[in-house]
Amino acid sequence: MIKVTYVAQDGSATTIEAEEGTSVMQAAVSNDLDGIVGECGGSMMCATCHCYVDEAWEERTGARSADEEEMLEGAAAEVTGRSRLSCQIRLDPSLDGLVVHLPEEQL
Amino acid sequence: MSQPGVLILGAGQGGLQAAISLRQNGYAGPVTLVGAEPGLPYQRPPLSKAYLLEGKAEALALRPESFFTSKAITLRPGTWVDAIDRAARQIRIGSEMLPYDHLILATGTRNLRPPIAGLERALDLRTLADAAALRMALADPQRIAVIGGGFIGLEFAAVARKLGHEVSVIEAAPRLMARAVSPAMSRHFEHWHRAQGVALHLGQPAVAVDEGGVTLADGTHVAAGFVLLAAGVRPNSELAEAAGLATGNGVTVDAGLRTSDPAIFALGDCACFPDPRTGAPVRLESVQAATDHARLIAARIAKGETADYAALPWFWSDQGDQKLQIAGLAGPETTEEVVAEGVVARFDALGLAAVETVNNARAHMKARRMLASGSAAGLAALEELIAA
Ligand SMILES: Cc1cc2nc3c(=O)[nH]c(=O)nc-3n(C[C@H](O)[C@H](O)[C@H](O)COP(=O)(O)OP(=O)(O)OC[C@H]3O[C@@H](n4cnc5c(N)ncnc54)[C@H](O)[C@@H]3O)c2cc1C
Ligand code: FES
Repeated sequence: MIKVTYVAQDGSATTIEAEEGTSVMQAAVSNDLDGIVGECGGSMMCATCHCYVDEAWEERTGARSADEEEMLEGAAAEVTGRSRLSCQIRLDPSLDGLVVHLPEEQL
Repeated sequence: MSQPGVLILGAGQGGLQAAISLRQNGYAGPVTLVGAEPGLPYQRPPLSKAYLLEGKAEALALRPESFFTSKAITLRPGTWVDAIDRAARQIRIGSEMLPYDHLILATGTRNLRPPIAGLERALDLRTLADAAALRMALADPQRIAVIGGGFIGLEFAAVARKLGHEVSVIEAAPRLMARAVSPAMSRHFEHWHRAQGVALHLGQPAVAVDEGGVTLADGTHVAAGFVLLAAGVRPNSELAEAAGLATGNGVTVDAGLRTSDPAIFALGDCACFPDPRTGAPVRLESVQAATDHARLIAARIAKGETADYAALPWFWSDQGDQKLQIAGLAGPETTEEVVAEGVVARFDALGLAAVETVNNARAHMKARRMLASGSAAGLAALEELIAA
């Protein structure tokens, strides 16, 4: 199991243990975490799974793809250099302990 | 006596979203979700895409079992509802009666089975059980015929071709996805599928299915080891009709998504609602419509909100490496304008109605924002936006 911590705007953090191979979006949605909607189920169609990767983890999550970059244009909250679509971050053991921050709004 | 609360009939994408949104909006009464299919509510879009390739059924569930307990939502899967008794405000399941204060109809659609001889041999692709059966059928090299050149038939064809099967698509209309996209977009996908080696039979209805394949109206016989039927759907509105609610192309609702009975709402694939832009009655088969309908209904029930439904429709279809995205909704009477490579705009009497893009998420998202903002968008504005 891989631990992911989601930090909400008010600073409250929730840690979820997820199976290897699932995405950061799936892990959040299947634990009914407020703050990630994931409307399209990970098809890179909705941009409602937007998150900001914590500075300390940026290198390990890698860069966003061109398609992802384009979909982020439609995100409801501000997009920064650390913005990712959480459905595009797959969990592997190197990401155990990952911290992501949640945006103000998703819709 | 405890209050009966909200009863949601149909535990698919929209039904589940209604339950989720009721709780998110602070609704504290009982919420019951009754659905005919077994198991947890799941997403259908991957059934014609990733699921066929990967077979991961667990990944389809929309929420885990624990969600229903923690949110005090009663889920009754594998339960078929037989009737609605509006006068008594209850539904009938066999001999059991379940009461409601508010009823939400989220019964979706089922496959249309046109009158074609021997059609009982054909497989469907609507439910997880259908998709699981198809995966088995795809295990060995096959000749496959698909009846229907719409989103689902073509998504399936692209996957089957990728897996090395010989695939023919039979479409009665002269072009692919004719109900949903512009002629220019149909042509793009026609070329793409042919280039993948998919045999397309356009403008030819299937008239018979036999063990060797499919016979077309012009007498052509398309050889196939199995046949997939993907010729469109019918809304599940019989219960509503039997209960005396207004129905037509699905369950008729007003701009607040209420049926002709104020205690009953309808959403998603089974609901026919006024298009916010044109006022014309429309019925959409998309995750976006089902979930946005659900959110509006939940806000009305939980918070007494009165805003009308105004969400911008959007659609997608993944066919192989071709990602089609549509923002907006175009009726049959439109003109089309190719704005850039893989970007088609459709106009009607009111102006820009929809923008179709292929593998261009940036243009799609820009178009979505432009259409949602309701600014009077013309071709020049759109060209400028997309070039920027
Ligand atoms: C293969 C496939 C691919 C798709 N791909 C896409 C896509 O890429 N993008 C997209 O936006 N949309 C796609 N869709 C459409 C999308 O899945 C639907 O629009 C969406 O599921 C509609 O949600 P709904 O809640 O209205 O109905 P559904 O999700 O269909 O749920 C309705 C439920 O009601 C139940 N029910 C009906 N009658 C009764 C009764 N009397 N008693 C009890 N239960 C009953 C049914 O069993 C069903 O489970 C696809 C659909 C399919 C089948
Ligand atoms: S879940 Fe829709 S883009 Fe990530």
